[in-house]
Amino acid sequence: MQIQQLSIFVENKSGRLAEITEIIGKANVDIRAISVADTSDFGILRLIVDKPKEAVESLRAAGLTVSLTSVIAIGIDDKPGEFAKAMRVLADGDIGVEYMYAFISRDKGKAFVILRVLETEKAVECLEKNGITLLSAEDIYGM
Amino acid sequence: MQGNYFQPELECASREVLHYIQSKRLRKLVERCYNNVPLYKKRMDEFGILPGDIKDIDDVKKLPFTTKQDLRDTYPFGLFAVPREELARIHASSGTTGKQTVVGYTKADIDAWAVGAARSIVMAGGTKADLVHVSYGYGLFTGGLGLHYGAEKLGATAIPVSSGNTKRQVQILQDYGSDIICCTPSYAMYIGETVRDMGIDPQSLRVRAGIFGAEPWTDEMRREIERLLGIKAFDIYGLSEIAGPGVACECYLQSGLHINEDMFYPEIIDPDTGEVLPDGTYGELVFTCIGKEALPLMRYRTRDICSLDHTPCECGRTLVRMSKPRGRTDDMLIIRGINVFPSQIESVLLELGMDPNYQLVVDRVGNLDTLEVQVEMTEGMFSDTVRSLESIEHKIGNALQSTLNIVAKVRLLEPKSIPRSEGKAKRVIDKRKL
Repeated sequence: MQIQQLSIFVENKSGRLAEITEIIGKANVDIRAISVADTSDFGILRLIVDKPKEAVESLRAAGLTVSLTSVIAIGIDDKPGEFAKAMRVLADGDIGVEYMYAFISRDKGKAFVILRVLETEKAVECLEKNGITLLSAEDIYGM
Repeated sequence: MQGNYFQPELECASREVLHYIQSKRLRKLVERCYNNVPLYKKRMDEFGILPGDIKDIDDVKKLPFTTKQDLRDTYPFGLFAVPREELARIHASSGTTGKQTVVGYTKADIDAWAVGAARSIVMAGGTKADLVHVSYGYGLFTGGLGLHYGAEKLGATAIPVSSGNTKRQVQILQDYGSDIICCTPSYAMYIGETVRDMGIDPQSLRVRAGIFGAEPWTDEMRREIERLLGIKAFDIYGLSEIAGPGVACECYLQSGLHINEDMFYPEIIDPDTGEVLPDGTYGELVFTCIGKEALPLMRYRTRDICSLDHTPCECGRTLVRMSKPRGRTDDMLIIRGINVFPSQIESVLLELGMDPNYQLVVDRVGNLDTLEVQVEMTEGMFSDTVRSLESIEHKIGNALQSTLNIVAKVRLLEPKSIPRSEGKAKRVIDKRKL
């Protein structure tokens, strides 16, 4: 149930995001989800893509610092209170969320949330027990 | 390796023999300067000293100092003690810290310099059977030709690769099987990174030693280069005003650099008072070129900060050792009243396991000096959260504050964003308009 997310170190300079995403575009890698965490000097670009291995290779070849991080993805109904329900499950399970980002699915009425938690396995167990849908790597990459 | 010398009779001579040679050469030098260099005659007259007053080497402290400014004021040939036609060669400084300075050599000077460089190669374990790969720049800069003539003097095989075209450097290391490589430490880093990026195992290269100099570098940088190239790295010292590389070099014990003091007589002085300082005390290194004809500088102030040690070395050499120079007085940064050398910052960074590619940006905001330390990110220190990257910045900032007492802003950069140097690295960008 773990999904490989690419994390890329990016200096805070205009044009950098365009240059980096052009590299993976040329490698014919499709982006599924994207998020940027930033400070005044640098940012971390986080990407979920259809072909993580190829993406890492192309970025490293271009001299970038890339790491792979295990994250989990949950699917929820796109309705008021549904996201809160999932967060409550984690809170009651005493599982901290490091960061997260969300996007709406092509399937009508569904939304997906990418979560980075400190204890991934414990989180997976806890979410499944409480009936929250977890997406597999294939679900996400093939989306 | 022990017992391997180029000129054991001089490198391992007793202090009495060295004293005799130095005294004899100093008398000759003072005579030559007084009679042939107007500036020296004027200065000695002002000091009330005649050549006959200088009887042995200990009298050197009676002589006036020479500074880089003197060379600039007499640019280009004004301090030469021989007619221009007797010069065999001219070199010049890069002129990065002002007007360039021009230096000249007679045939005998070139020969003496080559001897100094040959001794240095042997100190680093070189023999006449070796291929000596010279990646210093050839030209007005003394690095390339200095080591080249040294290798030939030794009877080794010189490869005049010069600097630049780094992939070709690696190709030559691989295909020719260079035994010893000579260049600036920052270029050695660059070549080492290129070896790594090309996916070559450094252990598969034949090269076993590196002779690096022309800029200050730390022991931490030494270990990094040694790891990247799979070699033992030796520090060589020289400056064009005195000769070029080969004024001093480390032996395999790497406990200071042996100065070829039968040709280049060193003193350490207090840079403020000019007073001569005892062994073990850090101060400005001063040389008197007792063996030279064309540019026989007396008490030339190098602006390099180091200390001397006259105790005999276990390698068998009696030649005085200088500590690894901390840097030049003109490289020294004064940040909010605190003196700091870029090499001290380098030590702190490498001690923390940071990448040796760094740059220091000094600026003045309002009336306050600011220092920004830029370090390149590596895969090893990268992690996915902002929090952990900020903690790296804090860790570096705290270490600089506790070790050097300076406040610096730390900025993490993408890999390879600091330009790599094929010669002397530009570590400091000073934006202050003073």
